[in-house]
Amino acid sequence: MAHPPRSVAEKVKTMGKIFKRKVFLFSLLFILLFLSFFFSFMLGGSKLASGEVFHALFHPHTSGVAQTIVWQVRFPRILLSLLIGAGLAACGCVFQGMLRNPLADPYTLGISGGAALGATLGIVFRLGNSLGEFTLAGCAFFGALLCISVVYLVAQRRRFSVPTLILAGIILSFVFSAAVLLIFAVSEAQDVHRTVLWLMGDLSWASASLIKLVAYFIIGGIGLLLLFSRDLNLLTLGEEKAAHLGLETELVKKLLFIITSLITGVCVAASGIIGFVGLIVPHFMRRFTGPDHRVLIPASILGGAIFLSLCDTLARTIIAPLELPVGVITGILGGLFFLIFLFRSKRWEIF
Amino acid sequence: MDLLRVDELICGYGDAEVLKGVSFCVKKGSLLGIVGPNGAGKTTLFRAITRILVPWKGEIFYCGKDINRISHRALAREVAVLPQILEIPFSFSVEQFISMGRFPHLKKFQRQSRYDLEVIEKVMALCDVLPFRERRISELSGGERQRAILAQCFAQEPRLLLLDEPTAHLDIGHQVEILDLIRRLNREGDLTVIMVLHDLNLASEYCDRLILLKEGGIFKEGDPKEVLTFENIEKVYNTVVIVKENPISLKPYILLVSEEELKTK
Repeated sequence: MAHPPRSVAEKVKTMGKIFKRKVFLFSLLFILLFLSFFFSFMLGGSKLASGEVFHALFHPHTSGVAQTIVWQVRFPRILLSLLIGAGLAACGCVFQGMLRNPLADPYTLGISGGAALGATLGIVFRLGNSLGEFTLAGCAFFGALLCISVVYLVAQRRRFSVPTLILAGIILSFVFSAAVLLIFAVSEAQDVHRTVLWLMGDLSWASASLIKLVAYFIIGGIGLLLLFSRDLNLLTLGEEKAAHLGLETELVKKLLFIITSLITGVCVAASGIIGFVGLIVPHFMRRFTGPDHRVLIPASILGGAIFLSLCDTLARTIIAPLELPVGVITGILGGLFFLIFLFRSKRWEIF
Repeated sequence: MDLLRVDELICGYGDAEVLKGVSFCVKKGSLLGIVGPNGAGKTTLFRAITRILVPWKGEIFYCGKDINRISHRALAREVAVLPQILEIPFSFSVEQFISMGRFPHLKKFQRQSRYDLEVIEKVMALCDVLPFRERRISELSGGERQRAILAQCFAQEPRLLLLDEPTAHLDIGHQVEILDLIRRLNREGDLTVIMVLHDLNLASEYCDRLILLKEGGIFKEGDPKEVLTFENIEKVYNTVVIVKENPISLKPYILLVSEEELKTK
């Protein structure tokens, strides 16, 4: 026979080879993560040499211009970009698997629309910091929660079927964006301008207390998502097949929906609607890892962190001292990069 | 002993009642075919047995237990399902895909044991998918793909296999290949099989027992010779047929008669 079955020893050997490839991939990602982290410190309104960054990073308690820039100005922002990038990419990955739709992203279920409405109301009504430091973020999060609850209630009536989830989410985001436009139509130009900038994604709100809050949610949430990797593999075969293979599909979908929605809600509340990260990072990573979520989700987390921190560095530096909204950079850079990648790819499948 | 018992099952969609009280038993080790015209309720019955539809009335018992009260995981260790259509949007390799069949046997964070690896290898050899074990599911031909999906079912090590038109869209060579494989496991591996089939000749050739459905009820149940008579088929399908005997297997086979021939002869 040309293709005899493999003995367990042979199988373990091939698995060892696959394991080595994984180790290589993750080492590479960690190196890239470290490099992008480091470069992000060097670039900005005033450039720092690598030596200065090193010195400042390892001597946090000495005073100096470099220390102030590194620790007070850039550190919170870079940390926030890493967290948000990781969170959005992980959620995108889970949404694509759970909804079995390679075009899904964290905003497919309308969360961005809800957050946008919340933030718009907060800005237009000039709430400012009247309710504490996180007033705007709180408004956005509240909007996101409202949207999540409505989608949840609708989906619950139909056993959390995927088409219902998508339909409810898309319809809600239309309703919310229409509401945002309605508010724009009757509010002052400067408020509209501020809101639009926020909507395009903005990491400049980073502060130690905000990061602490966001970090709990995102790291905790991502940790929970990782527990569902194998279940997600089954879900990509469809709800029915997954159930026939022994998965409690309805419960798993419900839990995944709640976790991803909360992570996305927190990301949007902290940094506005940063598009594209959740869509293209999982795609890009899938080409290297294959569709197995046990590898794909961790790779997407690292990829998202790298991608967003680099994009934010560009957003800070391109027209310094002015800043661009980071969502503009992720869209243009990420989109073009991915198009080139699609064009050059030899594989015939898109996904 | 009855492995599966369906008791006065009434089921449907929305307001439309499709199954109007269906009862039957499936003995351990049997190979049962469900046949009938479009709209007679074959797929609805299949969906109720595979728990996609919840019965309106009546019960379905597996080994004496109501299937809707067994956990998905416990049931998946006993019952495997081959659906009519299975879309796989992401490109798993054949081996990865088949390995997922071990899911119900693994605890939440348990890794595949030596035994699991052996089972996967065995079912891949059985279904003849070893030559393309590393290819992507999306790159397979219809016959190869169906064998891979069947291998995943066998990886569950089921006692009962439920198939919805396992031979749809396959050429006759692959139809025979798939059904031969299923029957071999039924005979040697003590696997009980229930399959919905459209093709009466395949049903006649491969099944030990047949259930002929008409308008949501059982019109006739029995072995192929009892069920597939020209009277029964003409009543249920509203068409003229000739039933002959297969000279090799001595099973009935059905010839159809077209309108033109009916008028001229």
